Amino acid sequence: MSALPAHDALLSLRGLTTVFPTRHGEVRAADGVDLDVRPGECLGVVGESGSGKTVTFLSVLDLVRRPGRIEAGTIVFDGRDLRRLPPEALRAIRGRDIAMTMQDALTALNPAFTVGAQIAEVLEAHGRATGRSALDRAVQLLEQVGVPDPARRVGVYPHQLSGGLRQRAMIAAALACQPRLLIADEPTTALDVTIQAQVLDLIADMRQRLGMSVVLITHDLGIVAERCDRVVVMYAGQVVESGPTRQVIGAPAHPYTAGLLASMPRLNQTRAAIRPIEGQIPDPARLPPGCRFEPRCPRRRSECLQPVPMRDIVRAERAFGARAVRCVLAGAAP
Amino acid sequence: MTPLKLAERILQLVPVLLGIAVIAFVMMALTPGDPVEIMLGDARSTPEQRDALRHDMGLDRPPLERFFVFLGNALSGDFGLSFFHRRPVMDVILERVPATVELTLAALFIALATAIPLGVLAAVRRNGWLDRAATIGSLLGVSLPGFWFGILLIMLFAVHLQVLPVSGRIGFGQEVPPVTRLLLIDSLIAGRLDSFAAALRHLIMPALTLGLAMGAILMRVTRTAMVEALAQDYIVFAEAKGLSRARILGRHALKNALIPTVTVAAIETGSLLGGNMIVETVFGWPGLGRLVVEAIFARNYPLVQAAVLLYAATYVMLNFAADLLYTALNPRVRL
Repeated sequence: MSALPAHDALLSLRGLTTVFPTRHGEVRAADGVDLDVRPGECLGVVGESGSGKTVTFLSVLDLVRRPGRIEAGTIVFDGRDLRRLPPEALRAIRGRDIAMTMQDALTALNPAFTVGAQIAEVLEAHGRATGRSALDRAVQLLEQVGVPDPARRVGVYPHQLSGGLRQRAMIAAALACQPRLLIADEPTTALDVTIQAQVLDLIADMRQRLGMSVVLITHDLGIVAERCDRVVVMYAGQVVESGPTRQVIGAPAHPYTAGLLASMPRLNQTRAAIRPIEGQIPDPARLPPGCRFEPRCPRRRSECLQPVPMRDIVRAERAFGARAVRCVLAGAAP
Repeated sequence: MTPLKLAERILQLVPVLLGIAVIAFVMMALTPGDPVEIMLGDARSTPEQRDALRHDMGLDRPPLERFFVFLGNALSGDFGLSFFHRRPVMDVILERVPATVELTLAALFIALATAIPLGVLAAVRRNGWLDRAATIGSLLGVSLPGFWFGILLIMLFAVHLQVLPVSGRIGFGQEVPPVTRLLLIDSLIAGRLDSFAAALRHLIMPALTLGLAMGAILMRVTRTAMVEALAQDYIVFAEAKGLSRARILGRHALKNALIPTVTVAAIETGSLLGGNMIVETVFGWPGLGRLVVEAIFARNYPLVQAAVLLYAATYVMLNFAADLLYTALNPRVRL
């Protein structure tokens, strides 16, 4: 991947580094993250808890909680570097151009306000509507995201809705201003399995209707395989592999991606065939000096003890999109 | 809140008040000292005079009988005569209530007006200089005794600077016709700005003494609750929606943070409505607190019992009011 922001991307991150001071020194929760989101595409961002996927996208909106801070990198959205914008200009972009939904709508919606008020205030904050007309628009939005009886639901409090409807209400608030990019952070983790597919269908449907890009943050490669055009795999704060979903899942180039795939239960597999990845994600304050996956990697070798850069993989399928991987084995025969 | 629930709450008052009545009666009965001797003084009265007064006040009857007589009368609204004033206890008490209510409301206003903005700012600028200064200030406010702080104020503003009156509620010749019996309001109704100013000048120091102490506690409560609210996911989501900082702090965080503040404010207000005995004494404030202290020293049983019952009822009603406020702040609570 080039060190320069991509011209054709809606959002382009280069070298994004977000650090948190801890007792054992600074922890780089996101460490030199490069990624692009193209107009209209659905990008999957996969990794275990603590891999830095949520921190990366909180950084995009400058919502990292202090004492955490963005240390380096560029965040170019629609040709503008968000890190150079004054706070008020960035606030105007939040919710209007870039929206974000949180993992659990129960905690993301304020318990003290009605669902309608929490949707209407987005319209008011961005000057789209006020008062009565904002509430009327909130009813329409609830209807759009498939909440039955929206005229009544607009006046209820979050705890009075079921988990699935709450998630829909949160999505309605996020999409109120028809953003060009939706960052959906683990949109199904807090939901019953039966509701998960419905919410993913809703996001796909709204993506098509609004022509927006979607970043789907998840730890579930299965969701990525079904829903995303491209995928970025993160491990211990770094991107370790990226490329078109089919190629990455069909032939993972990084042993970590391969490990994630092998540890996924499938219907046509017996229990014994599921192979979990040995070991645990490293302590972010004491990362291995070379490849961060090296201690757990079944294919490690001596070169892995040196830092490994991201490298483009040149293949015949290149026309489908760039593939890059952070592994010394890249391109070598497995 | 359904009418049924309301009735339930009022019915809950009955056992509370009954229990309080028993405790108040037993405590007064066990307190050493004889009201008759205190009233007449043993040197100047004959035993016959004392027996006559004792019989007159019903104190020659056994305690258990006295309790049931008291209870029966109280149920019909008769709390007896004040030993000292020789007038119905309730009349004596109700005369003093407005002064205490006015002082309490002023103190509550000062407390809320300082505690909420300071608590919010301290939470937002956590560990900054303002937070540290507010922490030290509230520690002082909680730990400095009222009698000391009150006297300090008197020395500074009344004695040294001579800008405020030492004691009392209003000056001579500045009285206004009673309507609400709250002097600040009555003076405005009467159109007497001089009386209003006089009442305000008398009120400032005792209200500050009580209000800053209460504000100190409320500030800590508000700060803690704000810090907790600001750490919630709904704040991140509100920021992601592009809301202004003022709206996030003033609505999303504060409405949730006010819940504990309201509880503590209700409890504190309840104790102030009983009349702050020390502050009312220091500032010569003609309120309930001073009346009750005097009644206890005089072993004025009927007055003390009636006052204690009034306190208990006030407390229960204030807690009820706090519960009602809760439901407005927190829709998850259903009464």
